[in-house]
Amino acid sequence: MTAPILRIENISKRYGKKDVLKGASLDVKKGDLKILIGPSGAGKSTLLQCINFLVKPDEGRIWLDEQEVHYANKRDLYAYRQKVGMIFQDFNLFDHLTALENVRIGMVRVKGMGKAEAGERAVLELERVGLKEHMQKYPAQLSGGQKQRVSIARALAMDPRVMLLDEPTSALDPELIGEVHAVIRDLGNNGMTMIMATHQIGFASSLASEILFMEDGRILERGTPDKIFNHAENARTQEFCSKITELYGERG
Amino acid sequence: MTEGWLYIQTEVYPALLKGFWVSLQLIAPSALLGLAIGIMVGVLRIYGNRPVMAAANTFVAIFRGIPLVVQLFIWYFGLPHIGIYLSPFFASVLGFSLCSGAYHSEYIRGALLSIKRGQMLAAQSLGFSKIRMIFSIILPQAIRRALPGCGNEIIYLIKYSSLAYMITCIELTGQGKILASNSFKYTEVFLMIGACYLVMTSVASIILGRVEDRLRIPGFEHRRT
Repeated sequence: MTAPILRIENISKRYGKKDVLKGASLDVKKGDLKILIGPSGAGKSTLLQCINFLVKPDEGRIWLDEQEVHYANKRDLYAYRQKVGMIFQDFNLFDHLTALENVRIGMVRVKGMGKAEAGERAVLELERVGLKEHMQKYPAQLSGGQKQRVSIARALAMDPRVMLLDEPTSALDPELIGEVHAVIRDLGNNGMTMIMATHQIGFASSLASEILFMEDGRILERGTPDKIFNHAENARTQEFCSKITELYGERG
Repeated sequence: MTEGWLYIQTEVYPALLKGFWVSLQLIAPSALLGLAIGIMVGVLRIYGNRPVMAAANTFVAIFRGIPLVVQLFIWYFGLPHIGIYLSPFFASVLGFSLCSGAYHSEYIRGALLSIKRGQMLAAQSLGFSKIRMIFSIILPQAIRRALPGCGNEIIYLIKYSSLAYMITCIELTGQGKILASNSFKYTEVFLMIGACYLVMTSVASIILGRVEDRLRIPGFEHRRT
């Protein structure tokens, strides 16, 4: 049995009196694609944000490559975040930079690479997501799907060990979802380790190595797509899956 | 007619030219220093820890809250009491920069607050430290948003630079005062001085417009009147 790339143990987060996460644990092996599903407010987003400490968990520990992450140490935290790429629902491209500069800036400012070398790499990454001809455009000139692909290129340029995707297609027009899914599918085929929150269960079940159903701050049930969608043990999982299947189309 | 013309040629023109030059020498460094102070204080007011934030807020309260003339009097007439002697010119630049900086910081603060949280989350998720994030991601956007307000403050500065003559730094207005009290031609002299300020502020707003155009990028346009 190989050791997990990312180990998340007992992560809890409280906002005031509300427990948003109640002890979520998760082991991610190399090449895994874990899909988080569940109703809004279930804690999917908070869990993802806790994993790279954009939200500081109240409790819990995280290991990357068997090394525990001590996030109170700034240097460790910044080094860790470089290895954990994050994709946001609303893209969050840097609005004042072109597509190329968006992809390049992390390599230059964080990794300390030379501008020319980082630029070449940025062009490669943009080519990979099919946006080389748009690299001189600013975010305001790109479609939602293109923005999300730039943000994926930006994360990839940092050579992450793991990618976290927080509902990457939820803010997109239906006809733009496909282009982003194609890029994510391609990543998966190339062995990228990913944790993704999504409502697109058709896409999820065709790719996922494991589906985790979250509700009320807990991971209620986990298993293969077939198990979760067709033979779920938990009544809430069944109910959620049948509703979401109705909404987001056939799985497969 | 010839007498009046002679007066303008031999007295008014050289004096106003001299004063105009002094005014420019006051305005240019004060504008740059003021902007630098404003950016620094604005950033500290938003991203500083609690004591730093409190200090920056106090700075603004003081230098925005006390009339500029009073501030100039303190720098020039007050400081000698504790053994610090500033030249009229230096006291003026100091007073203008601090006051202007306090106002600029307010524009910068507003612009910083307008930057969406997602920009910061994205920078942090790439491994940016807070300082790098502020300088590479936040400020380049915030300054673009603050530019119209900051430009306004620079126009103000051009006008309140006329207060320097109150602490014996004889700039444009000071020269005018001397000319007018010698010749009693108050109307003529001060109309000319008013025109000089109008030229300065007009040129400044053209330059500021150019800077805005230069920094304009898609997504950061705003209509100009």
